[in-house]
Amino acid sequence: MKASKLKTQLPTLLAQTLVVGAILYVALQLFQNTQANLEARNIASGFGFLSVEGGLPINDTLLPYSPADTYGQAFVIGILNTLFVSALSIVLATILGVLVGVARVSTNWLVARLAAVYVEVLRNIPLLLTLFFCYSTLLAFLPAPRNSLNPFGDIFINNRGMFASRPEFQDGMGWVFLAVTGAALASILLIRKSKRMRDETGRGLPAGWLSLGLLAGLPTAAYFLAGQPLAFDVPALKGFNFKGGMVLKPEFSALLIGLVMYTAAFIGENVRSGIQSVDKGQLEAAKALGLKPGMVMRKVILPQTLRVCIPATTNDYTSLVKNSSLAVAIGYPDMVSIGGTIIGQNDQAIEIIGMWMAVYLTINLVLSMGMNWFNAKVQLVER
Amino acid sequence: MSSQTKTFTPSPSSPPPIAATGVILWLRTNLFSSWFNSALSILALLLLIKTIPPLISWALIHAVWLGGPEMCDGTTGACWAFIAAKARVMLIGTYPPELAWRPLTAAVLFAGVIAATVSGRCRKRILTGIWPLFFVIALWLVGGNAGLKEVDQSMWGGLMLSLGLAAVGILLSVPFGILLALGRQSRMVSISSICIGFIELVRGVPLITILFMASVMMPLFLPVNMQINNLLRVQVGIIFFSSAYIAEVVRGGLQAVPTGQIDAAKALGLSPWMVTSFVILPQALRYVLPSLIGRCIALFKDTSLVIIVGLLDFLGMAKAASQDQVWLGHEVEGYIFCAVVYWCICFGMSRYGRSIEKRGPKNNS
Repeated sequence: MKASKLKTQLPTLLAQTLVVGAILYVALQLFQNTQANLEARNIASGFGFLSVEGGLPINDTLLPYSPADTYGQAFVIGILNTLFVSALSIVLATILGVLVGVARVSTNWLVARLAAVYVEVLRNIPLLLTLFFCYSTLLAFLPAPRNSLNPFGDIFINNRGMFASRPEFQDGMGWVFLAVTGAALASILLIRKSKRMRDETGRGLPAGWLSLGLLAGLPTAAYFLAGQPLAFDVPALKGFNFKGGMVLKPEFSALLIGLVMYTAAFIGENVRSGIQSVDKGQLEAAKALGLKPGMVMRKVILPQTLRVCIPATTNDYTSLVKNSSLAVAIGYPDMVSIGGTIIGQNDQAIEIIGMWMAVYLTINLVLSMGMNWFNAKVQLVER
Repeated sequence: MSSQTKTFTPSPSSPPPIAATGVILWLRTNLFSSWFNSALSILALLLLIKTIPPLISWALIHAVWLGGPEMCDGTTGACWAFIAAKARVMLIGTYPPELAWRPLTAAVLFAGVIAATVSGRCRKRILTGIWPLFFVIALWLVGGNAGLKEVDQSMWGGLMLSLGLAAVGILLSVPFGILLALGRQSRMVSISSICIGFIELVRGVPLITILFMASVMMPLFLPVNMQINNLLRVQVGIIFFSSAYIAEVVRGGLQAVPTGQIDAAKALGLSPWMVTSFVILPQALRYVLPSLIGRCIALFKDTSLVIIVGLLDFLGMAKAASQDQVWLGHEVEGYIFCAVVYWCICFGMSRYGRSIEKRGPKNNS
């Protein structure tokens, strides 16, 4: 008995030992080569460089930053930019993608065809090309700062970016934020209560209107009671460019537009296949109950669609985050772009590439965990 | 009595109301079935009227088709003469013009092999022989050596480079991906954990970081006086990246093979090796052929990223050409040309994938 067991297990054991041994051997060789190479090229190793002053100019930052800051701080600015553009793109791409997916199955022939053309064009062209195209058309068609477009108020659009007033908070703004939080909490409670009442008695409160009133009214009241603690930093034309205010650089806009349009095509296809997977009887039953087409879509079809399209959409979200690294090609300072500049200055490629991988893996892990939680929540509960 | 009999002659049936036939019916059911649909249709029509005529006038009516850069000054249309002037660079890069027949011949062969594959008339066994043979011949034609003048790899570029990177990438990452997928399913813990680690690590990071790794970090890993050129390093990076994704696709197929098949094969006394290669894999690959083609499309699109590590592929050449001092300001035309070519290739592949899907996994020739 024991001998036969050994006889069947021996080959697998041998194979495993061989594979592990080979990999360890290769790893050791690589390590030794790397050591020798680093020494031959005078490259310091380790993460000490992160606290060295970098002298990197970064033209688009979310936090205050100056070239006198360290490499580590520059890298953090890059991570924030990556997160910012990814988060914004995910939200916008989801909205556009759902619209495209619904349009794809529309009974309106023209709308369905337009959506199909949109999806087929965007899906079959490399994202990088779309980004280049967005960037050069943005730069080519927007006017110089002197002839800025001024659609309304203090918003100016030109080939240096989109400029808008920046709100500056003064003392007492805390009360307003407190009021916003309070109103939000109150509305959530109200909506829950209304739902419970509807479940029990068939009649709810007009929770939507009430919470809208709360959300608009409380902060406004707090704002005036606190003595209007808000000023604006208005952008103004000085020399060749605008100074002051907030600005969305064309690099950022091009990246955002490209990512959103590209990903929306994929999400649109997920939504379409999700909608088409909903049983036809569901649609007919909803219609027979007298629901209006909009209600059928919102209350019957889309909730069931969610179940089908969340896993595929999770994949699209993670590829969106990874695709945001294409920022480097059009000069938006994301993590990869800044890291690439650091590699150019001090040759510490191993550390930087390791940091990139760690950050992307973390972001994608968190994203998938969140989406899996959401997925588990919307799955059909079978009794 | 009989004279009293009246026969009933119905009046000829009136034609159907005009609103229930032909064009008007089609319009009513497809565009104006409700006020919401009507509003949407009108909006969409407005959008088309606003965009299509200016586009046609820019791209066709006012366009400049031939001539030098001076012809394009001051036109309101597209400058396709730019594309005509730069076509060679965009297709074969800085490859010596007098040797251009060599990549051209390879391209013709490529088209022939593809036609043989797509038509479905060739036997699979012949095809699996033709493809590697084609790669050897194409590499010899483009690269030279053995009777032909050698052309350095730094001169390879343009669409030729994109197609080459994608084709070699697919050819090598499919077997590598299959091995990884089998390794992931393996019951040997050390092997499966190594495969899972590799697949998840590669899938979790962007292609750009892998390309950076191939281009900047790989030289550090090699023995001190060993050099491989950038093109080969990038190709290795692409294969790594793509095989992790292909492994996941293949794993889906492996899981779809019914366990009864495996039990039956084992009962016949086949060795584990034979079960895998003659029973499981052929079925698994047939299940996932459409998604494999999807991965091929993605890989072809992804080759455009090599521009970031300094290789000038199709897109890179278009970008570089638009920075020519003589032809400044024609980026948009270059990108549109690129987009049309990429689109045709990718759309063609996706159509092929869809036709395979329709034929179904059961039908094998």
